[in-house]
Amino acid sequence: MYSEKVMEHFRHPRNVGEMENPDGTGRVGNPVCGDIMELYIKVQDGVIVDAKFQTFGCGAAIATSSMVTELVKGKTLDEALKISNKTVAEALDGLPANKLHCSVLAEEALQAAIEDYRKKEGANK
Amino acid sequence: MNRLIYLDNNATTQVHPEVVEIMDYCLTECFGNPSTVYSFGRKAKRLMDESREKIAKMIDASKDEIVFTSGGTEADNLAIFGIAKANKDKGKHIITSKIEHHAVINSCKALEKDGFEVTYLDVDKYGIVNLEQLERSIKKETILISIMHANNEIGTIEPIAEIGKIAKEHKIYFHSDTVQSIGKIRVDVKEMNLDMISISSHKLYGPKGVGCLYVKKGTRLKPILYGGEQEHRLRAGTENVPGIAGFGRAMELAITDTDKENERLTRLRDRLQEGLAKRVKHIIFNGHLTERLPNTLNCAIQFIEGESLILKLDDLGICASTGSACTSASLEPSHVLLAIGLPHEIAHGSLRLSLGRDTTDEDIDYVLDVLPKAVDELRAFSPLYKEFLKKGK
Ligand SMILES: Cc1ncc(COP(=O)(O)O)c(C=O)c1O
Ligand code: FES
Repeated sequence: MYSEKVMEHFRHPRNVGEMENPDGTGRVGNPVCGDIMELYIKVQDGVIVDAKFQTFGCGAAIATSSMVTELVKGKTLDEALKISNKTVAEALDGLPANKLHCSVLAEEALQAAIEDYRKKEGANK
Repeated sequence: MNRLIYLDNNATTQVHPEVVEIMDYCLTECFGNPSTVYSFGRKAKRLMDESREKIAKMIDASKDEIVFTSGGTEADNLAIFGIAKANKDKGKHIITSKIEHHAVINSCKALEKDGFEVTYLDVDKYGIVNLEQLERSIKKETILISIMHANNEIGTIEPIAEIGKIAKEHKIYFHSDTVQSIGKIRVDVKEMNLDMISISSHKLYGPKGVGCLYVKKGTRLKPILYGGEQEHRLRAGTENVPGIAGFGRAMELAITDTDKENERLTRLRDRLQEGLAKRVKHIIFNGHLTERLPNTLNCAIQFIEGESLILKLDDLGICASTGSACTSASLEPSHVLLAIGLPHEIAHGSLRLSLGRDTTDEDIDYVLDVLPKAVDELRAFSPLYKEFLKKGK
């Protein structure tokens, strides 16, 4: 039911684990099935230089987390904010219809991490 | 990976070679319509009758009490809608349990929309139905009690004989979904006071799409399919003769040697359980310790999600299943796991391993070797596991 790309990211997820002293952390829960995704970013001069994740969820949730961390690296914050769940799903050659909500989780985790970073930045100024 | 370790025998089983043989014979040399008068058609009829007799004998019934159906789901539907239609003048109350198969639960839900009242009995943490609640729920409008013999997810065996006694005392029809128990443990319709039982062939090494409902003589039941006069006018439609022939052979094979096979399966299953208990931390075993199908092991592995574990096991050549919300279309965790009181997040990490005739000691060793590693890999990036470890410090 999953594309080869999804399975490849599921089998070899990129950027897994906790990040030490992240500049931004986004933690979101999936109200639909109860899964949890945590995304960490490191930011330098407005550019995301590193991203990592931890996920408690299905195969699609793990693959989308992995993909989103790949997609954001090297992007400016504004560019990263444009990454939608659709972008992530497309980068994975599509997701089954009943698994699209898992990619929404990835989008929300990314947005939450950027928001967290901006809040911290604002407080430091 | 060329090794296939099939540990999903409660979902379906591999068709036995002797079953294939008789079906092949039936399809190629016996294709006549059993309702016809000429001898070629009678040949098909005879094959079907032999199956009917074998099946009846094995559950202590007589052959005219067997109604062939398209499987367990149709048998459950026939029992519930058939009794409801034929007895609604007496009352419109049905008692069942919270852990039935969806074939029973959703049939009952449909009846609720038609003005029937249904009581869904609670179960304890092992999955055993509450008999006191059963007795309390009975009223004069009660026309049917439907309680499964053994649960497909956790393997818990219900006190069917006791329920049969209660039903008989109150003169209420008693149906049991024995889809998971037939062929694994003994079922005797007389001893257990059963009026109807559902059987499905593909759970006992027979073909899919065939099963039967045992209907005790004298039971007031109406059909749910209308047409020809097949199956004592209770199930219209030209019979699935090859399926029925295969089903009969499968029943015969399944019921010989059950004791020895059960002993073997129990030993393997217990070894698997003990091994997992030792090698995987934070694991919970579900179901009853003794009142349980010999082949079934259900556990919940904390801090990971079931579908991801199933995918990992698949890569390792192991077929298993889970009651995780992520694998159901409704995104709800298994109703059985919720009914035994598991919180959502624990039900999320549930895993069912159901052993079968082909399971060997080597299979168990292999699972015990690779499964803990798969769990570790998933836990390595589980935010819940991280939190748990931090709290512990
Ligand atoms: C307890 C139980 N009842 C009914 C069924 C349905 O049987 P079938 O697949 O033959 O329709 C199953 C199988 O999934 C089952 O496990
Ligand atoms: S995380 Fe639950 S379905 Fe994907």
